[in-house]
Parts: sequence; C-alpha cells; structure tokens
Amino acid sequence: MASGAVERFDHKARESFESLGKTTVYRGELLRHPVYTRVLHWAVALFFFLALFTGFGIYLPWLFRWFTPIFGGGPLSRIMHPYFGMAFVFFFGLQALNWLQPMLWTPADSKWMRNIMKVVSGEEKMEPPETGFFNAGQKFQFWEIVGGCVAYLITGIILWAGARTFGRIPVAISYVVHDISALIMLGGIFVHIYLSTIGEPGTFQSMIRGAVSEAWAWTFHPAWYKQITGRDPLQACEDARRQMKS
Amino acid sequence: MPDRKALQADMISAHTGPSPGHGMQRDLEVCKLIDTTTCIGCKACEVACAEWNDLPFTPTTFDNTYQTMPQTSYHFWNLIKFNEHQNPDGTIQWLMRKDQCMHCADPGCLAACPADGAIVKYANGIVDFNQENCIGCEFCVSGCPFEIPRFNPMTKKVYKCTLCSDRVGEGLEPACIKACPTGCLKFGSKDDMKFIAGERAKQLRDNFGWQNAGVYDPQSVGGTHVIYVLHDATDPERYGGLPSNPTIPWSYTVWKWLFKPVLGTFALFGFLGVLAHYVTSGPRLAQPEPPGKEKING
Ligand code: HEM
Ligand code: SF4
Ligand code: SF4
Repeated sequence: MASGAVERFDHKARESFESLGKTTVYRGELLRHPVYTRVLHWAVALFFFLALFTGFGIYLPWLFRWFTPIFGGGPLSRIMHPYFGMAFVFFFGLQALNWLQPMLWTPADSKWMRNIMKVVSGEEKMEPPETGFFNAGQKFQFWEIVGGCVAYLITGIILWAGARTFGRIPVAISYVVHDISALIMLGGIFVHIYLSTIGEPGTFQSMIRGAVSEAWAWTFHPAWYKQITGRDPLQACEDARRQMKS
Repeated sequence: MPDRKALQADMISAHTGPSPGHGMQRDLEVCKLIDTTTCIGCKACEVACAEWNDLPFTPTTFDNTYQTMPQTSYHFWNLIKFNEHQNPDGTIQWLMRKDQCMHCADPGCLAACPADGAIVKYANGIVDFNQENCIGCEFCVSGCPFEIPRFNPMTKKVYKCTLCSDRVGEGLEPACIKACPTGCLKFGSKDDMKFIAGERAKQLRDNFGWQNAGVYDPQSVGGTHVIYVLHDATDPERYGGLPSNPTIPWSYTVWKWLFKPVLGTFALFGFLGVLAHYVTSGPRLAQPEPPGKEKING
C-alpha cells in the first residue's frame, strides 16, 4: 500500500501509532501491517471473543451454565455483552475504513473464487499472479464481517432497548438475525484463525511484528510483492529455488 | 397434600376391576376466575396485591379515567382496566377488567427466557419468576402476548403477578380473591372454575340477553390459569386490549429448541473442518519449500 496518496481522516492516528510502537523489518522481509493496523486488529479480536463468550451463555440453554460464570454470572454477562459488542463494532469500523481501499472487489477476485477448490485442496502452490494485498477469500471474510457488524448494530440496539421500546415482533426477529450473524462469523473465524496461524505458516507474524518474509509475499500475494519490490514474483521464486539447490 | 396424592394407588398388579380409590383425588390445576360482569371497579384487589406483596406505591399518571395508572408496572402487578365501549346502537358499556399475568399453560415468557431457572411453571399451573436467576434481558417481555412482565431498571430484573404462589403453596387463596367484595373473583381448580364460568356465561346468555357472553381461556397458549367471563367473548379487545388470539412468536419455539442447537453444531463444524483440512491436506507453505522438505513422491 503506497502511502500518502489520499489524505485520510485517520492519517494522524496512523502516524502517532507508528511513533507509539515500532515495526522491525529484517533483510529479506517486507513491511505488511503497521502498528495502527495491528492494534486495531487485536482490539477487534479481543472484543469479538468477549462479546462471543458473553453471548454464548444467553444463546443456548445448554451453554448457559458453562459460559456465564466466566463473566461473573448471568446478569453480569448480560450487562457487559452489549458494551463488548459495541467496542467490537467500533474498532472494526475503524479497521474497515483503514482497509477499505485494499479490500475493494476486483474481477480477479471473482476468478479466484471460481478456483477456490484448487486452493482448498492445496493443488495451487502459488497464488495466481493477480492476487494483491489481500486475496479474495480474505476480502470475502472482511465484507462478511462488515455486513455482520451492520446487522449486529441494528438488531443489537433493538434487543437492548427491548420489547418495551420496539414491540414484540421486531425483538423476536432481531433475535434470530443477531444469532445467524454470530454463527456465520463464528464459522468464518475458525477458518481465519487456522489460515493465519498453522494453515499458512509465516502469516501470524504479520499481525504480531508486522513484517513477513519475501517468500511468503511472493507466494501468497504476488501482485503486492511486485508492487512493493518491482520484481517479478515467479522469477524471484525461481531464483530462490535455484539458489537453494546450489 | 402432594405426598398423599403420590401414595394414591393408580394401578395394582393382578387386580381386576378398578383400583380402589382411583380417581378419588382430582388433579389440582389451580385457576382464578374473573367475572367482568360483576366487577364494580372498587380496586380492593389492587390494594390487596400491593399489600401482600409489599409493593411500594409511587406517584402515577392520571389519564382521565378511573384507572390507577396507564398500565401495570414492576411494582403494580394487578390493575383494573377501565374502558368505555360504545355499542353499535349508541349505548355505552363501562367495562372493568382486572389485568394481571394469565399464567398460561404454554407460557411465552418461559419459552423466550434464556436464563436457567428464571421462570418456572409449577405443576399446579402457576408461572413464577425467580428474580435471583433473572439476567434482565427482557426477552420474556417480547415472548408474552399479554404485556405482563415488567422490567425494574433499578434491580435490572423483571416482575409480575405470582398468583400468590407463596399463599397458594400454603393452601390459601391469592390475596386479590380474599379482598374481592362482590365475589367476581373466584379461586379453585381449573375444572371447577371452568364449570362455574361456563354456567355463568350460560346464565348471561339465557337470562340477561348477552348473546355473545362466553369464557376467555385462549387455547392458542394452551389455555390460561386465569380465565374471564366476558359479556362479549367475540371481542375481548374491547376490555382494555385483551388479545383475541394471543400467540407466541415462532422464533421462541422453533428457533430456540431446534435451529439453535443444529446451527450451533454447524458452526462447530467450521472448527472440525479446518482440523480435518490440516490433517488431510496439511499447511500451505511459502515457496520454494526449504530443501530438506522437498518432496520425494512427485
Ligand atoms: C486469535 C485469533 C486471530 C488470529 C490469530 C488472527 C490473525 C490474523 C492475521 C495474521 C491476519 C493478517 C493476514 C494477512 O496479513 O494476510 C489477520 C487479518 C484479519 N483479521 Fe484476524 N486474527 C484473529 C482473530 C480475528 C477476529 C476475531 C477478527 C474479526 C472478527 C479478525 C479479523 C481480521 C480481518 C478482517 C483481517 C483481514 C483480512 C484477512 O486476513 O482475512 N481476526 N488476522
Ligand atoms: S401472561 Fe405473560 S407473563 Fe404471564 S404466564 Fe403468560 S406469557 Fe408469561
Ligand atoms: S428478563 Fe425475562 S427473559 Fe430475561 S432472564 Fe429475566 S425472566 Fe428470563
């Protein structure tokens, strides 16, 4: 992501976060996520799980006795859940604005989606050359969470204020939509955590230290690699292979 | 009392003919009968309720009727609703209906509640809220077709009429029944109350010209343990919004007990899915893979 193109509202926040923390990039590595992005990501993840676990107790009678004690009992879970949820939506909102530009959908992404089975089966070793900063799968998850946040916010406020304010039927509907949104997100998060840790080794450090190896970059995000380094990803990979053999 | 019933012989081995004593003791499902045709709106039941349940009285709003307050509240569970209903022929009917929890056989509040033990329905039909288990989510408010559960913002719990479960458990009638001076409130077994209500409705039809007089015991919620005798059972709405067809949203029945566990299990499959993927396909590595890891099987 080339910086400085557009003056953004969070430009200052990004700058000041950069002076709060630091990102060390070693030789053979590329800067992937700046401090601002990383802080937002982990704030999102923290509040997502807090909201998820406080919500679980209320979601299923069979889970009630398991999850509510974690937060000091049912009443406390219930009181805190909406605040956790709002914090999640707030931080994800900032992250969404931060990532809006690289998350825009392109025709190459639709093509990627049609070939998704090749990725799942592991047949395709390298991402197609058009894959940029994020691949279509990541973008899909991003937009799913954006949609989920909107659904959460609307239905959550209705459930919070309750039938006294909004009437019985809106509450009964909101409750179902709120749950479906949570279930979709939960399913997606398993895949997300898997791929960003053990599923594609080398990814996790991008959200911890902020830097990734060049090999990771040309394998998983070739177009981004090309944009940053100016080198051809396939060529770079071949060079590395030859070097390794000799 | 209940113990004695447990020792009642129901079946006896190798015994022909009816078991001695069988059916002698009737099933006690309790019921409160409210005859709106003999209610005089004296509000003795309101006072008795507040008194017995130790409910603090607070300033209220005057809305140009005799009604004590616009609707029941967390500290006022029993409210006479006053309504001036104009008949098609221009005559006026001044209607009074005692509004409180209906103690549904199929309680929407209980179906909606996510907290273990916050709402209990006893075998005698009383539906009771246990505030110590209530988490204050107010789902019961949306589950109830009669607008009964009321949220107390100070304690963050929900309250409503208990049908004086504490008194009934001791063999006493509810406080409101005891206070009623006209006998329009009666308490007993559901069967007896239904019988009396039916007889009274018949009397109203045959002798007083109320052709539509009838009993309100809505089957859409499985019947209730508070039943009304109405001058016109075809139009309960006129009695301060008594629903003619009370229903529980399907989301609280189908969704909660069927789809929730099923879909929750599906979400869990996300976890099993990635696990299976790791075990069968393994990770996707950055290319080129280090030489020590180069494949030997093509
Ligand atoms: C322990 C749990 C989590 C881990 C280990 C994790 C890890 C990561 C990593 C390493 C990335 C960077 C991927 C890249 O640079 O290509 C990332 C991106 C992202 N994370 Fe997480 N994350 C976690 C939880 C969450 C949660 C709970 C959410 C939101 C609900 C979330 C939302 C995102 C989004 C939208 C992105 C960008 C798109 C993508 O890579 O899919 N993450 N995460
Ligand atoms: S009237 Fe409402 S609060 Fe009372 S038992 Fe029925 S559903 Fe529950
Ligand atoms: S507010 Fe109502 S639905 Fe929620 S826990 Fe209390 S009794 Fe149950």
